[in-house]
Order: sequence, then C-alpha cells, then structure tokens
Amino acid sequence: MGSERLADELSRGLDAPICLTWELTYGCNLSCVHCLSSSGLRDPEELSSAEAMGFVDDLVAMQVFYVNIGGGEPTLRPDFCDLVEYAVSRQVGVKFSTNGTTMTPARARRYAALDYLDIQISLDGASPASNDPVRGAGTFTAAVRAMERLADAGFGSFKVSVVVTRHNAGELSRMLELSEGFGAELRVTRLRPSGRGATTWRELRPTAEQLTLVHAFLVGHPQVLTGDSFFHLGPLGDEPLAGLNLCGAGRVVCLVDPVGDVYACPFVMHPDFRAGSIRHTGGFAAVWRESELFQGLRQPAKSGACNACGSFGACHGGCMAAKFFTGLPLDGPDPECVLGHGERALAGLGAIGGSGARVTPGHGKPGRPVPVAFGARRLSQTR
Amino acid sequence: MAFDPARPYELHPDVALRPEPFGALAYHYGNRRLSFLRSPELVQLVGELGGHGSAAESLVALGVAPERWPNLIRALESLANSGVVRPRSSRELSRDGARHGI
Repeated sequence: MGSERLADELSRGLDAPICLTWELTYGCNLSCVHCLSSSGLRDPEELSSAEAMGFVDDLVAMQVFYVNIGGGEPTLRPDFCDLVEYAVSRQVGVKFSTNGTTMTPARARRYAALDYLDIQISLDGASPASNDPVRGAGTFTAAVRAMERLADAGFGSFKVSVVVTRHNAGELSRMLELSEGFGAELRVTRLRPSGRGATTWRELRPTAEQLTLVHAFLVGHPQVLTGDSFFHLGPLGDEPLAGLNLCGAGRVVCLVDPVGDVYACPFVMHPDFRAGSIRHTGGFAAVWRESELFQGLRQPAKSGACNACGSFGACHGGCMAAKFFTGLPLDGPDPECVLGHGERALAGLGAIGGSGARVTPGHGKPGRPVPVAFGARRLSQTR
Repeated sequence: MAFDPARPYELHPDVALRPEPFGALAYHYGNRRLSFLRSPELVQLVGELGGHGSAAESLVALGVAPERWPNLIRALESLANSGVVRPRSSRELSRDGARHGI
C-alpha cells in the first residue's frame, strides 16, 4: 500500500473533493501584487446569503468535511460570520484566509468560540521591508496585530500563510519563529503566475538557488505545511516531500468562485478551466461528477515531453497552472523544473515568462493600476 | 503506544468516514487530519471495532483470513497513531459504530 498507488487512485477522482476552496468575494481592501484572483471589487452577481447556505447544504450531502474560504478578503462580506457559523454548525469545518485587517478583539473572541474553525493569516515576509511591497504598506503590522488578537482571545493554534518569493525565501526560519511564537503553524505555498501574479511572477519568483534552499528547509522542518504545493521540487531530494505529491486539480481539489463558478483548482481561474456553475441544474455535485473538464483531468496523463524524464516519478510534471499561465504546454515541464527543462522551454517561447504569458480579466478597482515594481504602496481603506 | 489486537478499540467519535471507490476517507474533526482507508475490508473492520471485545474479535467476526491479519493490524496501528481509532477503556461495547453510517 505505497503512496504511489494512493496517488494513482486519487488521480482518477473522488466522489467529492477533499479540498475545496471557496472564494466568497472578490472584494478586498488590499491589492496584493500576486493576488491569484486579481481581487478588488465585489461582483454584483455574488452568491446571496441564501445561495451560499444552500451550497453548504450541498457540501453536507456530499460529505465534504471542510472548506477553505478565501477571496478577496472574505471577512468583508457582511454575512461572513453567519456563513461560517452555519457551516461549522452543519459539521463542515472551515479554514478561512484573511489579511487580518478586520480582526478586532471582538471578532477574535467570536472566532475562538467556534469549533471546527481554523484561521490562516496571510503574511509574505518576516518584516515590513519584505512583506509590505507585496501586500501593501501597513499590512505586516496589521497581520501581526491580528495574530496577537487571536492569541489573546485564546483561539489556539492558527496558521500563518506565506507565499514564497524571491524577497522572503531567505526568511523562512524567521517566519517559522514568528509563527511558533504565537503558537501558530507556518504554511508556505508556491507563488503562481495566476491572476495578478501573471505580471509579477517573473520578478517575484524565487531563484533556482533559493528553491534548493526552500526544499532543504521543508525537508528539515516537516512541521511546516505546504498545501502540497512544492512537489515540483521533488527531484531535489531522495525522498518525496510530505503530502500526496500530486496535482489534485479536478481530482481531489477544486475552486468555487464568488459567483458560483467552479474551476479545477485555486490557481486556474481562467475560462479554459471553468467546469460549470453551482447555480445550474444539479448544482455542485453535477459539476464535480459530470463536467467534461473534470472527467478529462481524471484520465491518465497523456504522454508528453516529461514522461521520458527519469525524474517524472518525483515531480509528476509539476503544476498545471504554472505551465498554463506561462504559456507552456500542459504535458511539458513546469516552468520551475529543477532540472532546467522549464527555463529552456520558456526561452523557446521567445522571452522568459514573457510572450507566452496568459492573463485573465481581473476584478481590480478602476483607476488603481497594479504596481509591478517593488516599491512603497499605500494601504487602502476598508470599504 | 503500540497497537494491541487483544485490546478493545473503537472509531474515534470525532471521526467521520466517507466511502470512496478505494475504501474511505476518514476526517478527524479534532486534529483536522485526513486519513485514507485503503480497502473496503479495512473500512468494514474499523466500523466493527466498537462492537467487539477486542480488535482480534472483530477480525474473527468478519471472517478475515489469517494471512490478511498482519496487513490489517498494521493499518489499524497506523490509524490508532493518527487518532482515527482509539483504545476503549473497557470491554463494554461502544455505541459509536452505528453513528457514521458505514
């Protein structure tokens, strides 16, 4: 009963997802330069409270044990606490991601009173110098204040979620200390060239040397969570990293966006990877079980350039989203292939991370251009 | 703690099982950990534990062939380590078995 066989079984798909990300709103009071969903403004067609609760009921029926709620900044939805309380009351555990700006002492106490609730505070550096250029001025302080409030409220263990960039890759030990100082767990994930990340990936992504250090850090600190996002680094070690080490898109993972559209994973919010809508007949279950896109993803991988590589068993071809948004073929190498095949493939497209890049329409605020350079930015006001 | 098939065990009351083609998923609401039960036989066994005086009695009751015992006991040991099954303090039968619908 080796892990490979389990991964094979899972790659053929499950009756319901294991890990479902639900983005409650595109509204956000920040505009992080790597935002996967290019968030900013609420969509007028957002699911109503009644629709959202109906979706929770669908999850109960399908025995989805927990959802990862994100956005946008999900806590900005006026019914946010009601939705979370409804889900956990129905035994659908919730982990939500927040930038921490709305974490008042009263909210922290309300969260602490709930079972089956986990919170993930986003932070992209061990100091304002590395965090704020990515997330906005004042965001480091706001996130740390939120952590203090959760700790003061007796919430217990929560998570600190870091997107690894060129600017914080050397700070992972410090971020682990910072997290553990609050009794929290550190979670690190991969920077994807999705959403606004499509235009910032090239300058923010860790260097090859840094990726080697990230891999060593993960091997040396098995308590650090990764959301299975670094399996493309597998060939750097003799043993696979902790986790399932497979691309779960449409197989064990999917994303539901604020208007009820279902995508294969949180990193591919693009029409090519839209499987359907929970608003249509049959709801979410029909999309998950019957969509042609998901059925296709559950078929054995076609032979491609990577299948002939001796390391394919270690990296499984890497991340579909990273390939797609950099313009690489889905059966080819990951752009960050540790053997350098990705760099060569990108170079073959004409410009590294450049001409082949795909961009999706965003939900940003008009008149507020997204900065792509590392520099000072103001923290906008909550609306 | 080593798994002892001569002792009574039960499915942890904070664990929910979801049937899947390969067996079942087990989700522990307490420690938020997900485990995989990799055969329908193991799923059945886990569901039976609370209804018998020992893990070994459950194996007998299910009519499991002796040559498959070592594999299943290893699987139970791993589930005990992740909190999916837990020792019962007495040999009284647990009522939790029926609650999870498997």
